[in-house]
Parts: sequence; C-alpha cells; structure tokens
Amino acid sequence: MEIKVNGELKQITNDSIAVPEILKLFKVEAPDMVSVQLNGEFVDRKNFDSTLIKEKDEIEFLYFMGGGR
Amino acid sequence: MIDFTEDQLERYSRHILLKDVGIEGQEKIMKSKVLIIGAGGLGAPAALYLAAAGVGTLGIVDGDSVDLSNLQRQIIHFTKDIKKPKVLSAQEKIAELNPDVKVNAIAEHVFADTIRDIIRGYDFIIDGTDNFAAKFLINDACVLEKIPYSHGGILRFTGQTMTVIPGTSACYRCVFSVPPPKNVVPTCSQAGVLGAIAGMLGTIQAAEALKFVTNVGKPLTNKLLTFNAMDMEFRNVNLRKRKDCAICGERPTITELFDEEQPVCDIKH
Repeated sequence: MEIKVNGELKQITNDSIAVPEILKLFKVEAPDMVSVQLNGEFVDRKNFDSTLIKEKDEIEFLYFMGGGR
Repeated sequence: MIDFTEDQLERYSRHILLKDVGIEGQEKIMKSKVLIIGAGGLGAPAALYLAAAGVGTLGIVDGDSVDLSNLQRQIIHFTKDIKKPKVLSAQEKIAELNPDVKVNAIAEHVFADTIRDIIRGYDFIIDGTDNFAAKFLINDACVLEKIPYSHGGILRFTGQTMTVIPGTSACYRCVFSVPPPKNVVPTCSQAGVLGAIAGMLGTIQAAEALKFVTNVGKPLTNKLLTFNAMDMEFRNVNLRKRKDCAICGERPTITELFDEEQPVCDIKH
C-alpha cells in the first residue's frame, strides 16, 4: 500500500501495520525517541500497538531534540 | 514616542528602511523585553542579534560558567572568558555591541519554584536550554503565565523550533507529552552538534522574537520547523493544539509547576 511518511510517498508491502512495526520499518531506533502524528492527530504512546496504518495514511515522526547549549 | 538620536537612526537604519518595520517597528523593538534562558549554543546568537536589533531589555538566565568546549558554537563567549559566568560574559559583549540595551543577568538555572518570577514581565521568551527538564518547565511556565516563547532543540546536524502562543497555538507538550526516558535520546554533550547548527536555529528564534514584538508576519505557530543540515532540507510539520494536552488542554492536569527528573549531563561522559 501507499502511505506518506514525513511528507514522502512510500510503498510498503504490508496491507495493515501497527505503529511499532512502522517505526521498525523506517528504522526509528527506539519508539521513545519520537512523537507520532497520524493524519494530523498525535497517537498516544499507549495506543501505538492498537493503532493501524492504512492505505493513504500520512504519518510523521517528530524527534525529541534536547540540545541547545 | 521615543526620540531617536542621530546615532540611533543610523544604527537602526536597515530596520527603519524595512516597510514592515519602519520607525514604529524599531520603537516597538526598543520598548520590548525579551528573556533568553540558556546563554549557550542557541542563546548566544539569539542574544547577539536581539542586542544588535536594539531590544530594550534583554534578560539572560544561565547558571554556568564558560568552558573551553563551549567556544566551538557559543559565539558570544570568547577564549578570554573561560571560567567566567556566562551571563557576565554575555552582558559584557552586549554592552560593547549596543549600549542601548539594558541587560538583566540572572546567574542561575531555572527551577519550578523560581521560573514564574523570572519570566514574568517579559514579552517573549527564548528557550536555549539543553535538557528536557528545562524545556518542559519553560513550556509549562510560559503557558501558565501566558507568555509567548520559542522552543528550540538541536542535535548533531539537525534542529527543530516552534513558536508557542499560549492559549491559541499548540504547545511543546501538545507535541511531546512527556520527556523521553533517560538515556534514550542523546544530548549534544553525548552525541555532538555542528556548531553552525546552533547559529542557524538561534537566529530563527531571534527572528521569531523580533517578528512577535513588532507584530510583523506570521509566527511559527502550529508548526514544527525541522531541518537536517546533512542535505539542507527544511520542513514544516503542521501541528494542532491537543484538547487533552496536560497543560494547555481543556482539562489540564498540570496546574502547578514541577521539576522533571533529569539525568545529570556530564560533558566528560
């Protein structure tokens, strides 16, 4: 199916995939490092397992960046 | 009305020439009060540009002293300043750059029991801190005090920033509900950062402050600007205020500030 990841169209072979698997697929090292937005809404971390990505979904990984000094 | 001196008209002529700023905008800048928390990678360029712009009162909060390893990016501090309190080093440079600017040097770190008193009275806050405890604390304090602020974060070759107008736009906690677990996300002192990245982001934050105090353009609200200098890709991710945000949502669960537990960030690690 076709989905949009961080603004880019991507083809994935899965028909349905949960958030933790999509993080693995796109090589996000640790799920704790990102905040996940699906079609404009944030996904609660506790709902990662139960949230399925569907055709045409738009997903954003927003990374924690703690530096500044 | 401020009576501009001849020198001031010349000093600020490139602002005054801008049709969106002009003499009125420059006057707003000169009457504004901006607070920078953290006189480091982000705070250093932000402080220099805001001082050069003629911001009336510039507050600078930092409890650290200048270290040799800071000088690769914290451009307000010089080699001769090593071991000097950062706020003092910054104050000296600002005085040399622009004597019009009044500096409030606050040589301490921000904590839950002090931050509200520190930020109160300022028009705009710049987050130039280097840890999640401070970033969440600044967000929560600015939301409670209803003071707009600019979030900034950098790591390696990447940076992110967003402007928060409390009550109307998404806050940092809308995006990142709680700090990440310890040691999952590396800090700059562990992972490194390209010095110029700090300059890129700190100057964006300074521009946001100047836009806000002059009421020019559109603030970077409801967007997280992220960039990766590896390929120089810039991207805005649209955000929405969360109804269930713990601090700015409809039923906030955070009504009093608290200090997040923060791993000790030792530069020698």
